[in-house]
Order: sequence, then C-alpha cells, then structure tokens
Amino acid sequence: MSNVSETLIPKIGVITDVRIDTPDIKTFRVVTPDGVKPFDHRPGQCAMLSVPGVGEAMFSITSSPTNTEFMEFSIKKCGCVTDWLHQAEVGQQITIRGPYGTPFPVDDEFAGKNLLFIAGGVGLAPLRSVINYCRHYSDRYGKIDIVYGSRSKNDLLDYKEIVDEWTKDANVDVHLTIDNPQEGWDGHVGFVPNYVKELGFDTDKTVILCGPPIMIKFTLDGLCDLGFEKSQIYTTLEMRMKCGVGKCGRCNVGSKYICKDGPVFRFDELDELPDEY
Amino acid sequence: MRKCLVEDINSVLAQINKAAKVYLPVDGTDGKARFEEWAEGKEWSNALNTERSAKDFFFPQTENLMEFKTEGKNIEIIDIRSDKDDFVIFGVRGCDVRSFDILDRVFLVEPIDSFYKARREHGIIISVACGRPSETCFCGAFGIDASNPAGDVTVWRTKEAVYWQSNTDKGEELLKKVEGLTDCDEAAVEEEKAKIKKIMDKLPLANLSTEDFGAGKTMELFDSDKWKDLSESCLGCGTCTFVCPTCQCYDIKEFNAGKGVVRFRCWDSCMYSDFTQMSAGQPRLSQLERFRQRFMHKLVYYPERNDGIYGCVGCGRCLAKCPISMNIVKVMKSLGGKDNE
Repeated sequence: MSNVSETLIPKIGVITDVRIDTPDIKTFRVVTPDGVKPFDHRPGQCAMLSVPGVGEAMFSITSSPTNTEFMEFSIKKCGCVTDWLHQAEVGQQITIRGPYGTPFPVDDEFAGKNLLFIAGGVGLAPLRSVINYCRHYSDRYGKIDIVYGSRSKNDLLDYKEIVDEWTKDANVDVHLTIDNPQEGWDGHVGFVPNYVKELGFDTDKTVILCGPPIMIKFTLDGLCDLGFEKSQIYTTLEMRMKCGVGKCGRCNVGSKYICKDGPVFRFDELDELPDEY
Repeated sequence: MRKCLVEDINSVLAQINKAAKVYLPVDGTDGKARFEEWAEGKEWSNALNTERSAKDFFFPQTENLMEFKTEGKNIEIIDIRSDKDDFVIFGVRGCDVRSFDILDRVFLVEPIDSFYKARREHGIIISVACGRPSETCFCGAFGIDASNPAGDVTVWRTKEAVYWQSNTDKGEELLKKVEGLTDCDEAAVEEEKAKIKKIMDKLPLANLSTEDFGAGKTMELFDSDKWKDLSESCLGCGTCTFVCPTCQCYDIKEFNAGKGVVRFRCWDSCMYSDFTQMSAGQPRLSQLERFRQRFMHKLVYYPERNDGIYGCVGCGRCLAKCPISMNIVKVMKSLGGKDNE
C-alpha cells in the first residue's frame, strides 16, 4: 500500500527562516529536510501546513514559482495553528502537502496585459506570488500597477521587498496607502477603495484584487464605477478546508469547491454562484 | 440464475464466508437491524433495511490516516495503511448499492482517495431486491429499481427459495465457489420483480418528482423564500447526515495517543455551525444556510458536478430518524412547485 500516493499524507517541511513582517504577520521559509523546495506550484496555489497535535490549515504560497529554492508563507496570527507557528523557531519541522487549487491564469489570460494588483492587509500574501512571477517575466506583461494598503506603516506586509525591489522596476508602479496619518509616513493616507478611485486607472487593465471582504466589496464597486467589467477582475477566496482536494465537503460555494475549482475566480464567475463566501 | 432453498441460506453463506469474510444484516436485541460479521447461528434479518447505511464499509465513521512521532523540533510521519482482505457485504438494498456509486464519484475522482479505494476494491456486494418496500421508500424517484438492484451479485428472496444472479466477474467468481446453488430459469425471479414493481407503484412517495432540481437550478432555488419555513425548526443535530448513505463530508482531526499523534478522519456534518467556521469568519451564519446547503448539495450541486445524478437514493432513513420530522421529501415537495403538489 505504501507505494500508492495519498494526497492526505504530507511531507516533512523545515522552517529555515522566520521574518517578522508586521505585529501579527510572520513570513516562514520552508524547505524539505534535504534542503530543497517541497514541490513546484503555480501563482495563487495553496498548501496545507500542519503541526502534529495542533492541526492543519490551508495557506496561500506567497513565494513565486520562479523561486526554485524554497517556499514562503506569510501567516497572520489568528487561530490555533497560526498561534503555534508564530512561536516556532528556525529548524522546527512542520508538515506540508499540496499544491492545491487552480492558479491565476498568468500564462494565458494575463499574458500581454497591463496588470493592476490591489491588496489590503494580509491580502497581499497570495498576490505576492503572482506579482513576483510577473516581475520575473516582465517582458510577457505590460505595465504593472500595485495598490496596497494596510492599517499603518507597520502593518504593511513585505515592506522592505516593496521598497527595495518592486519600486525599482521600470514597468512597476507601487501605490501604498495607510488608513490613518502616522509619524514618519509621507505617503498616501486613506482606504484602498477610495485610493483606487482617486488614482483612476484606465480600464485596459486586468485587475487582481485581494483583501478583507469589506475592502473587496467597496473596491469592486469603485472599479465598476471607473468602467471596469467584472470579467477583468480576479480574486482569490478563503474558506475552511480539511482535505484540499474537493472531498471533505466544506469549502463549496454552490457547486464549486474553493480548494479545487478555486481559490482563484473572476468576479463574473462569482456572480453565477450563490452569495455564500 | 442460480437458486437455493431458504433453509439452506446459512450453509451458502458459510461457504461464501470461506472465500471472504461475510457481513449481513442481523437483528439486534433492540430489534434494529445492523450489518454484522457472519457467524454460525446468525440469522439474516427480515428488516427492510439496516438502521445505519452500508457506507461504513467503504467510508468508516472514523478512520486513522497516519501517525506522527515528534522529538524536539523533528517530526516523523508513519504511513499506517495496510493491505486489506476481500470481504462480502450480503443483503445490501438497491438504495445503498447506488450510494456506493455516489461516493465513488467523490472519492475515486482524481486525486483518488487511496483509503476509500482500498476498501472499495476489496468489497464484493451482494444486493437483495426489496420484497416489501416501505412507505418511506422513494428510491424510484432517483431511478433506482428496488426489484432489480445492482451489485456484484443480486439476490431475490421468495417464501421458498433464494435466487442468485451474478452481475460482474467478481460476483461470478464468488458464486462459482459455492456448492449447493442449483441452476434455474428466471421465471420465479421475473414474477418476484413484477410483484415488487406493483408495490413500488403504489407507494405514497412513488410520484415524487425531481423535475425542478438538478444542474442549473442553483440561483433559482438558493434564493427561494421557502428555506426559512423549512429550516425554522431544524435542531442542527446532524442525525440526517449520519444515517444518510450518501453524506460524505468529513473532518480531519488528531489525538495524542501517548507515544505519538494519530491523525484520523471522521464523519462531519454541514448541519453543524463549526463546519465552515474560520478564524477569518463564517460563511454560513444561520441554521437556514446550513440546512439549505445540505439539500442544495444533494439536489443541485451534486448533480451539477456528476452528470445529473442526484445525491439522494431515497432510502428513507432521514424520514424515519429526524427528531422534528423534517426531511428531503418535504423539501422537495415544498420547493418542487407544481410537480410535487
């Protein structure tokens, strides 16, 4: 039996780096005990991480597939598994299985397009994989705009990478915003949906949107006001998951399983589904 | 077609049991039928159906998946899957036989669930036609023929004799090993089938219609205002999901066994509030939403993904067991518009 692969049986992963991103988000670098990347993935896919005795949960893979050395997960402290991970040290082993879900269509529908990424809070985590993929293959895409907002400067995920790398790319424009004025912040202040409207983007862009539900709702409304079609706007959904392969039955929206048919959806596709996410 | 006399059934089962362990419906001291391992002296129950469905054989209520040993920061994963022996489930009704097909379409599609597959491959199903279907039966609504159920072998029981027909190579191989079955023509079975069909046609739920359900009905039915009344008294106990032969949702949990952590899966229920509860929020806040999910899944979502096949087999267990007498038939009648008036 043991030679038959079983998707529920994970691999061992080793945490080789823990980066404190914000007061409640840490980014974990994971490799196998042999020191290699646990498996290949596509931008927007997820993995099940577990701590035996604590539990298993689904996380988006924040590192880009173009990173061949390791995987990264940006994890907000908000439950049993994440609490435990936040106190884990370098060298700690965890278990990992995946990749799960349908990725963003980076090689077909996104190809040749101007891209507009809009993220709020930890919503940048799943988009970072796509952003870095598109930056890596910048000749395959048009201009890349990134609008990212969080509560405060300290709550901006991947701030160092954004400033040191993303803002330096010729074809990338980064637009950061925080909710309230703060000492040492001379950038934009205000909520993401309003900022998107102020920036007033051309409707030739393909949009990738992720963040808290309320931010998604208002940003989507704002984009539609600007003249964007829902068929141009992608998002990635979050649901409780146990199996990751469309069998345990809990992550469905209508007849779609978010773990398998998602998590990536276009908003016109979501309009065809019941409003239960 | 083969036959044996009713009084010889035990010796036939004894022979089958030599080839592979046999499970059959047996009446318990509480008067309820359940599948038990065959042994000399165990009597095949006359009950129409077992209290619990037969899904346990392939999808047990709890099942250990793997073990972990942890030492310091290190983890060892132990694959505890083992080779299975062949087994025979004797006396499965047509509704439960169909439920296996419904579960197959979940567990045997890529990526295949090897735990389920191992059990399924080793199971030989001997079904039995329903001589006396009950007024809670509505398998016919889902195209199941209780007079001629599927399975590796089909059995018909009349007053005097038990008739055996193999439907698969697996079934034929098994019957070949049994001495004491004599060849016969199909006359008696045809008569029995006709008798059963006649009863089926007169059952109170014989005309239950699925016309208003199935693929493409999501938005229309999801937004129906009838869910409120239907779900109002639902206790969220989950009994319907546990007795249901097609409910396949599961949870994965762990316990510390002292010398290591055991990860197991167990049946779960969409009727429970923690089923979809996340740190980030809860997409199904009220019992209405959870209740609606269960019936939408069986009547719309499942068929949408599975060539129009419904996720219900009409066994009637939920009709018999729901403490507030709510069930899929009432839901179909309420939502089904004119066809179910």
